[in-house]
Order: sequence, then C-alpha cells, then structure tokens
Amino acid sequence: MALILQNKMDILLVRLLGDLDLVTADEIRAKIDYSLVETNSQYLLLDLSQITFMDSSGLGVILGRYRRLKEQGGQMIIFGAQAKIKKILEISGIISLMPVCQTEEEAWQLIEKRRQVCGK
Amino acid sequence: MENKITNQIKLEFLSKGENVALARVTIAALVSQLEITLSELEEIKVAVSEAVSNAILHGYQNEIDKIVILKGTLSDDLLCIEVIDQGIGIHNIEQAMEPAYSTDPERTGLGFVFMQSFMDEVKVESRINHGTKVILRKKISTALKNSAVS
Repeated sequence: MALILQNKMDILLVRLLGDLDLVTADEIRAKIDYSLVETNSQYLLLDLSQITFMDSSGLGVILGRYRRLKEQGGQMIIFGAQAKIKKILEISGIISLMPVCQTEEEAWQLIEKRRQVCGK
Repeated sequence: MENKITNQIKLEFLSKGENVALARVTIAALVSQLEITLSELEEIKVAVSEAVSNAILHGYQNEIDKIVILKGTLSDDLLCIEVIDQGIGIHNIEQAMEPAYSTDPERTGLGFVFMQSFMDEVKVESRINHGTKVILRKKISTALKNSAVS
C-alpha cells in the first residue's frame, strides 16, 4: 500500500494505491492524520481509484478520518471508487455520510461550490 | 445428499496481519478453479479477509505467535471456507454479529455484515477460552471450469 499526498491551500488530496486492509490501515491512518495537522487542512479529498482491495479495516480508516474532520468542522470527499469498492461503501452506509464523486474533477467542483456557499 | 468434494486446501499460519492477504489470495486461487465472476471473487476475498482479521484482532487480541487455520473446500459448485482460531472466544455471538458493534472508534464493526452480504451462509461456533470457528458457504453461480462434457 502506498499513498501520495498533495496539499493545496486548506485541501489535502490523498491518493491511495494498493490494498487497504488490517495490515496497512494503521500506517495510512497515521500518515493522513499527521498531514491533516501539518497542512491545517479543512478539506480531505480521498482518491480511491487505485485501491485494489478494501475490507472493513480499510473502511475504518475512511470513517475515522470523516469523524475526525467533522469534529473539527472540516469536510471529506471521496472519489474514483471502482465498482467493487463502491459496493463496500454502499453496504457500510458511508455513501449517505459524505459526498462520493465519480471523478476527481467533480470532487474539486464540489469543494468550489461549498466555498462559494460558505463565502471562503 | 452431500456434494462430492472436488478440491480441498488447508493452511496454517501465524496470527500476523500480513497473513490476511495470504489467506484471501489462497482462497481466491482455489475458487478460481470454478467459472466464477470477478465480482463474486472479490466478494469472497472480502469475506475471508474479515474472518481472518477477526481471528487475529479479536480471537488472539493481536498476539502474533498464535495459529490461524484456514480450510477451503470445493464440492461441485459449493465453496465452504472455515477460519479457526484457538483464542479467547466470543461471549455473545449474536451481539458480535450485529452491524456496527465495535468498541473501537476506528473500527466499523461491519466485518460480519460483509461476510453475511457476500456469502450465502455464515455460521459461528465459539467457546470461551477455546476459540472460534467461522464457517462461510457460497454456491458459485456458474458451472465447473473443466467439468466433463457429456
């Protein structure tokens, strides 16, 4: 499992690559949390397009970050999930908690819209 | 009448997180001997991953020097998977299988939900301080790959 982190203003973009399961969840969780603090990000964009496998341990990473950001007044958007990953998201109910976009472009547009609504 | 066993594997491994991937890949290799859809294969991998993760996390409380046993049996178009640990056991199986039952905020508590969603049958046998056996069954919708043509 690898991850690529990119920061733009108060947005942290995280691209996840490989299997997100019991063995990789802790490391990914720690790296995202560290970067959220370091960059003082309000938005977390999670790119799931290159995830090859995800189970409930991986789902815990997503749900945990969502809870954390929500407590701090931030927002999380996920995008790019393949059908097999989308099914996991649907069964878990995560889809009703946070925006799930098909493409990265849609995710950025959504942030832009929210910024306009919030006036920042 | 019980179906005839067409193939069977048994794997014993240490209760290390790294072996969760080994377990799901092993079962994927076994079940790939059937004409199975990619979607079915992915779902079975998730179910195996959940059962083995539970054995390591809950059964053995993350102790890495214990043994998890994985059995996979193909009987015609029926897949049966057993994940066995000799850990602490489950006090209340019904409660453990409830959606979102987890004492850890970083965990979703959806392991059994995925097993139940992706397999036809999930059976749990457990004894306190003796261990747990999770049995997963699924009928594979398509026919045997190399079955005899009459």
